Amino acid sequence: MDETNKTRITKSTLRAYIMIAVLGLIWVYFHWATDSIFLTPRNLSNLMTQMSVTAILAVGMLMVIVSGNIDLSVGAVLGFAGGIAAYAVTVLDYGLPVAIIAAIVVGVVIGLFHGVLTAYLNIPAFIVTLGGLLAWRGAVKWLLGGNTIPISNETFKAIGNNNLPLSVGWALAAAAILFVLFIAYRKAKSVKDYGLGEPNYGGELLKAIIPIGGIVAFIWVMNAYQGVPIPVLILLAVALFGGFITDSTTFGRYLYAIGGNADAARLSGINNKRNILKVFALLGALTGIASLIFTARVGSASPDAGVLKELDAIAACVIGGASLMGGRGTIFGACLGALIMASLDNGMSLLNVRDFMQDIIKGSILVAAVGLDMMGRKQS
Amino acid sequence: MPLLEMRNIVKEFPGVRALDGVSFTLDRGEFHALVGENGAGKSTLMKVLSGVFPEGTFEGEILVDDEVRHFRGIRDSEAAGIAIIFQELSLVKELTVGENIFLGKAPSWFGVINWSELYHKASKLLKDLHLPIDPRVKVGGLGIGQQQLVEIAKALSQNAKILVLDEPTAALTESEVETLFVILKKLKERGVGMIYISHKLDEVFKMSDQITVLRDGKTVATHAAAETDKNRVIAAMVGRDVGDIFPKAEHEHEQTALSVKNLTAYSVDVADKKLVDSVSFDVKRGEVLGIAGLMGAGRTELLMAVFGAWQGEYSREIEVDGKSTSIDSPTDAIAKGIGFVTEDRKRFGLILDQTILDNMTLAGLRSISGRFLTNRTRETMAAKGPMKSLRIKANSSLTVTGTLSGGNQQKVVLGKWLLTNPKILFLDEPTRGIDVGAKREIYAEINKLAKGGMAIVLVSSELPEVLGLSDRVIVLHEGKLTGEFTREEATPEKVMAAATGHN
Repeated sequence: MDETNKTRITKSTLRAYIMIAVLGLIWVYFHWATDSIFLTPRNLSNLMTQMSVTAILAVGMLMVIVSGNIDLSVGAVLGFAGGIAAYAVTVLDYGLPVAIIAAIVVGVVIGLFHGVLTAYLNIPAFIVTLGGLLAWRGAVKWLLGGNTIPISNETFKAIGNNNLPLSVGWALAAAAILFVLFIAYRKAKSVKDYGLGEPNYGGELLKAIIPIGGIVAFIWVMNAYQGVPIPVLILLAVALFGGFITDSTTFGRYLYAIGGNADAARLSGINNKRNILKVFALLGALTGIASLIFTARVGSASPDAGVLKELDAIAACVIGGASLMGGRGTIFGACLGALIMASLDNGMSLLNVRDFMQDIIKGSILVAAVGLDMMGRKQS
Repeated sequence: MPLLEMRNIVKEFPGVRALDGVSFTLDRGEFHALVGENGAGKSTLMKVLSGVFPEGTFEGEILVDDEVRHFRGIRDSEAAGIAIIFQELSLVKELTVGENIFLGKAPSWFGVINWSELYHKASKLLKDLHLPIDPRVKVGGLGIGQQQLVEIAKALSQNAKILVLDEPTAALTESEVETLFVILKKLKERGVGMIYISHKLDEVFKMSDQITVLRDGKTVATHAAAETDKNRVIAAMVGRDVGDIFPKAEHEHEQTALSVKNLTAYSVDVADKKLVDSVSFDVKRGEVLGIAGLMGAGRTELLMAVFGAWQGEYSREIEVDGKSTSIDSPTDAIAKGIGFVTEDRKRFGLILDQTILDNMTLAGLRSISGRFLTNRTRETMAAKGPMKSLRIKANSSLTVTGTLSGGNQQKVVLGKWLLTNPKILFLDEPTRGIDVGAKREIYAEINKLAKGGMAIVLVSSELPEVLGLSDRVIVLHEGKLTGEFTREEATPEKVMAAATGHN
């Protein structure tokens, strides 16, 4: 019996296929409805850039949700961290590295603060971060004195607006393909190392074709316009990092255990409090990174930067199959959820759907997605 | 003419006959105690009486005032004058005493509550019972004892003629128990019939007119309290063939693996209430130490406190392998080589949404995989051992634990702890609610582990199980150590006597 290599279609993988199919339908529909504008390299590049901030927040949010918590303050923290970064470069005239470090440190410190209140003082995360939503928004307004601070530093703006040179894009693709092949080789070899049978190099190579094809297609599409946008590059790095944390680390496993059954986790020797503290800090760091992209893209820090971003991030996680009760959800799903939301935004804007209608449609889709999920769960 | 008569009640659950032709009578003003081991059928019988199990889900007849009654739900039994006070109080802590007494029946006019009438009625009711409680204070602010009395007042507000009390004194202090008894005696004078479920035989003999013993879903004896004694009641409670499903195994043991001194654990909710009161015990390598006791005796709390997992206050000294050590958290305990198969697998043992593999490797994850990174292949390899030796029946280790049978779930929890390579293993109710086949397999595994040199501490409410597996038995009663027996000395009668605080 070789369970490690057995292909299995679990409920979560089935769900992922369905979501990809839904995304495909949305794309095909918009492509048709927009007279073939939607699926062009230019629009796809824009779409990816537009989703990057939400998706980065969703990666961090997913881990918090999996642990059975929630963070309503990320939009406000994003505004505050971005404000600090802008203040550092424009008002205090520091260089870009200081701004980057400042934004991330602010995010981490705020995350730790929320984590301590939640895990060690037993205040529900909903309350802690609802307070945070108000307080940090107030802090941005105080910091910026109600004004908008433009970014004077051009390198800073490049974070949000520039693209990788085409050759660097292809070089990255090559590196990524080599990495995929290396993983496939190691996986095949481990079968032998652990005495589970003969390595199946050919089979693993075959399985690697799909990710390799994806990498080539992605770089090709991005390079067909202006090259990989920097925000998209950062998103990819964050998503890979998040996937690594949730799938391949003890910390990630503990998050699922704590969210799945906090008592069982505690009695199994897991330090629930410390892990919850860590996951809030991690979300804080990612919020800091997202704030840099957001501020750079807009070209300024404003008092209402990031308003309602927390809801976009939570919606992305939930559409991606995360349970707000904790214990369930994937990074892949959250990113797909963010992509679906961004596709709806982008497509409806291209179709000149009125603002209010866009909101009504997005809200309905969020509720419908969860409703279908619950129905599917009851039947099984 | 009896007040209440239950005739030939049979209640079946899938695979188990919980009540097997039980008959029970209660007269006006009679105090009738219902005793028996955990799982003897006392609670099931009371659920039948109260309509929790509605008519049609059981066989037999219920007569109140010589009239056959058909209870389709709790409302019907309440209307017939039956009130039950369950172990867990069913009061709303955030509401006042008066609101609780008239919950759902508040005097009102088109939904608008007449507060002055409500509080007037409530205070009259409390005065009748000589309870010095202000009906306007919140229930949450009262002590557990007073809450219990409010519960009784609530039952009487519905003109209850039959009052069922399920372990009412479990959470009470001695003076509160006295107050309760004074009130119960008053009710008796008024003609209220009372059914009293208790493990405390002293109380039972002090208060009862009649005593009925249930065992394995059958009535084994009903006696007037004056005509019987504690020893006969105990004998009736335990009189069961231990049978041979316990493979007798002699274990060699000399070296003390774990020694616990003066363990005291306090209640989480009630300040200063000791659930375990300076208990000391030790267990040797290769020995199975059984801890017997009735529900609420403090057995789980004892193990939790040793393991560093008790959430109330606690204090104790611990030696592992003869060396004094400190254990402040489950993480510490695991590092010192202690494993803990907790009770109630669904609540404390498993993550039901996750696979067998994820559950099994959870406690030992860092030693199996690595400190920071997980390794699926190594985990799968590690889980294969217990999957096979415990004969867990599932398609693969990737089966979700929520879909397994109780026995297999229990084996997964056991497997989780075996993967931490414990030197000392605590087992808390390891066979609760699982079938006989799985029980046998778990018994065999316990013997095998002991033979391999593991020190095992076994808590079980099933007396035959404790007696059949243990080399030595200690008994707890209300948090205190009331007996210690070698395998040869440990007879059901002696252990039950110690467990009921009568020795």
